[in-house]
Amino acid sequence: MNIIVPVKLVPDLVEELSIDASGTALDTAWLRMIINEFDDHAIEQAILLKEKTGAHVTILSTNVEGVDDLLFAAAAKGVDRIIKLNGDIESGVNNHALSRAMSTIIRDLKPDLILTGVQAHNDLDGSIGPQLAEYLEMPYIGYISGVNVSGDKVIVRKEYPGGLIGEMQVSLPALLGIQAAEQPPRYVAISKVRQMMKTMSIEELDLSSLDSSGAPIVNRLFQPESGERATMLSENADEAANQLITIFKELGTL
Amino acid sequence: MNQDIFVTIEHLRSKVSELSYIMLAAAHDLAQGTGGEVVAIVLGQNAQGLTSDFNADKVLYVDHPLLSDFNPEAYTKTLTRIIDEYKPRAVIFGHTTIGMDTVGGISAHLGLPLVSSVRTIEANSKLISQICGGKIMAECNLPEPTALITLVPGGYKPEQGQSTQSPPVTSIPVHLEDGLRIKLNQYIEPETGDVDISKEPLLIAVGRGIQTQDNITLAEELAQAIGGVVCASRPVVDQGWLPTSRLVGKSGSTVKPKIYLAIGISGAPEHVEAITGSDVIIAINTDPIAPIFNIAKYGTTADLFELIPVLTEQIRNIKG
Amino acid sequence: MATTAISHTPSFSETFFNSLYKGENGERFRTCLQCGSCSGVCPFGYLMDYPPGRMIAGLRADEFDLVMETDTVWMCVSCYACAQICPSKIPITAGLMTRTKEELLLAGNVPSELQSALENSQRYGNPMGESPRKRADWTMGIQPQVTVLGRDKRPVDVLWFVGDYPSYHPRVQLVTKSLAKVLNALGLNFGILGPEENSDGDTQRLAGERGLFEMLAEKNGRMFSKYQFERIITSDPHAYNALKNEYPALGISYPVQHYTQFLAERIDQLKPLLKQEVQAAVTYHDPCYLGRVNGIFNEPRILLESIPGLKLVEMAHNQTTSLCCGGGGGGMWLDGFQWEKAHARLSEWRVHEAVDIGANILAVACPYEPPRFEDAIKTIPQASKLMVKDIIELLAEALG
Repeated sequence: MNIIVPVKLVPDLVEELSIDASGTALDTAWLRMIINEFDDHAIEQAILLKEKTGAHVTILSTNVEGVDDLLFAAAAKGVDRIIKLNGDIESGVNNHALSRAMSTIIRDLKPDLILTGVQAHNDLDGSIGPQLAEYLEMPYIGYISGVNVSGDKVIVRKEYPGGLIGEMQVSLPALLGIQAAEQPPRYVAISKVRQMMKTMSIEELDLSSLDSSGAPIVNRLFQPESGERATMLSENADEAANQLITIFKELGTL
Repeated sequence: MNQDIFVTIEHLRSKVSELSYIMLAAAHDLAQGTGGEVVAIVLGQNAQGLTSDFNADKVLYVDHPLLSDFNPEAYTKTLTRIIDEYKPRAVIFGHTTIGMDTVGGISAHLGLPLVSSVRTIEANSKLISQICGGKIMAECNLPEPTALITLVPGGYKPEQGQSTQSPPVTSIPVHLEDGLRIKLNQYIEPETGDVDISKEPLLIAVGRGIQTQDNITLAEELAQAIGGVVCASRPVVDQGWLPTSRLVGKSGSTVKPKIYLAIGISGAPEHVEAITGSDVIIAINTDPIAPIFNIAKYGTTADLFELIPVLTEQIRNIKG
Repeated sequence: MATTAISHTPSFSETFFNSLYKGENGERFRTCLQCGSCSGVCPFGYLMDYPPGRMIAGLRADEFDLVMETDTVWMCVSCYACAQICPSKIPITAGLMTRTKEELLLAGNVPSELQSALENSQRYGNPMGESPRKRADWTMGIQPQVTVLGRDKRPVDVLWFVGDYPSYHPRVQLVTKSLAKVLNALGLNFGILGPEENSDGDTQRLAGERGLFEMLAEKNGRMFSKYQFERIITSDPHAYNALKNEYPALGISYPVQHYTQFLAERIDQLKPLLKQEVQAAVTYHDPCYLGRVNGIFNEPRILLESIPGLKLVEMAHNQTTSLCCGGGGGGMWLDGFQWEKAHARLSEWRVHEAVDIGANILAVACPYEPPRFEDAIKTIPQASKLMVKDIIELLAEALG
């Protein structure tokens, strides 16, 4: 079985985000990129399926700073083929443009199953999975936290509110938006990643010209007002505990 | 040109979601700007009765066995046809496991613009979206010709989407062929824990900051002392440290306790949207700029590993 | 007719054992007497399915794969007690315990707490996952301003390698500020790397991540080569150990001292400045990586004895027999894991010892220790009046 996993890097929220002079994009000076958490789960789910069924796993990502490390780390986890996508992506690329351009590349890879993160925190024009599925004419289900292969179908667990699960079956080829892999993304030792850097090579493919139509035009980005911030209690544990006791008494809990 | 605002109503096992009412409220804001009507779209089987308290000008209802439960393929096909036929000014979807499964495919198929994570509508039909874990807001104009919007909770109250005047319901035909590639096998209920946290009045919630499974004992001891129940945010449940019945958040339970004590929880939107109904939120987090402090009533940056044991001890002393 | 040799595919156990011989002094594994001293002196030996001695027995019996199936090697805190007591002088800690952790890590078998610390070290250059930009935030408000080499770009005599916990942990920042105060009082020309500093990597190395250690060392090495300085000092024995004993093999070699050595050399200059009395019975905990591993016992005591009013008392275990606080070898990031198995923290044993000899202050010289010992004190009623202070905090206090 041939599994394709498109992944992307997103701004790391550990760093404070600031907006650039144009007011319509993030300031890249201190921007650090990290793999989209849900894409990380998609990679893990793909590796788990490989371990269960002997599938072949390919991952794709656009050529931005940090992509090499991402691809080699995935290879160290067991991904078979790592591909970097080149194109006019300097100033960022939205999901509409990317899904159109990637669909032609992915079609040629003849996938049976495509796994991608169900969303990314910097998505403003929806998530990429459903759009990609449409161009590839594949069925799409998102918010998946369990995948099992059963002949020419997959049985998936779709998450609903309240912890409810909808068990669905989907005919292959299909595209799934992964919410969580069946286990948290595994650790990979740096020495293994470095070994991959020596033994494996990243393939490069070109994205056709990028057509962004369908994505919104941003007037401006801004940081939310803090609104009414919490009344801050002491940062000393003993004092804070006293203050909390008083609050609990006022609320009638004690 | 049609200036109506369509709202794709979400229902699960005969219950309309709270977000659906929030979407109706947002739709009215948008309709004020465009001058059109608010039209609720309901797909289902024998589901007409769900619409009686909608604050909408009218309801378009599609009845078909293949629509009785949510099916991404069937819903996407049906909504695509409806939108293509009526060409409204905008269609609002929930930013949820239902809405997000359909809107992307519709956008790609019909070539219609899509703006996601929208929280509020401002003057002149400006859409305000919330991205990057709630740290960044984006403002966009309402794109043309038909804007597809996904809405997150927080900008409107569900009551604003409710009405005592039932809107008129019009049934519209659907052409759904068999041969869908997606099929619902069954629903799997969550592990029935000992407690239903959505009904508990005092919740002690733990997040990533608790660091290890064993440290959850601190929260359990506090819960026992004060008479509350332990629950958790996603990272804790993903690790398997607490069962999904204790999950508070988008994929878990929405809670409305009197007191919600958030321990080591940063306040990501998926979690926050499930706790805004709490009377009092108290947050303990060593990061002074954690988003949780924006919605908490009281907060402290004291170290939870110091604070919680002291607090538990004092409560025990008081209760005797 | 020549006999054909019987072909032999080495087992995992055999391959692993052979690799141990290749380590420094590795041939000494052959001379293990199975005396059991290592397992006996190991603070968590009683909990391990395979304490050190039994691990060597397992290797000899070609059954090391059984050891690999357990997770008790993660109880090892790399305190070097085993290596120190071994009559055959086998390098057990670095030569066996760390190597076993390396194998487990390669197999993806690593407790999740430790996983986060390692991933954070790789991404952010510190195990806590704090932004590297904030690494010098502790300097705010200190006068005269602490030189941050990347910003101030001038040669200094001393490069102060601050370290992770001293930079970011609120309790340990107090120690860091005290050291800045003392260095300033001595009129020294020093600077720090600040945001350009990465974790020294030593504890990550001992936790089994050799590749991560090398990556961090290389980054630090590149930063060192950008600036001019005569020597490096540090308040962190783990960083001291890395810089002195491990970095040179990677081509990064500078004169390095722990601050206790540096200040003890300058005691004649420092002592007259110590005007304020510190009336207390003080006991000194020899940190594993300063004392047992690197043989530095006297200098910290010289400094303490130079403080007026201070009375130095020794705990039952001291110098080479000092009891580990439990932070090393990844222990700092395995607290939950180790607590689940042991329901005892090594730091608590040490605190009991301090209480037993009537100390008012437990003096330390390693950044892991103030938070670990202060946590332990909270759970021991008899220790409620015991204070924990780094030696430099006492010196700063004595400066007045």
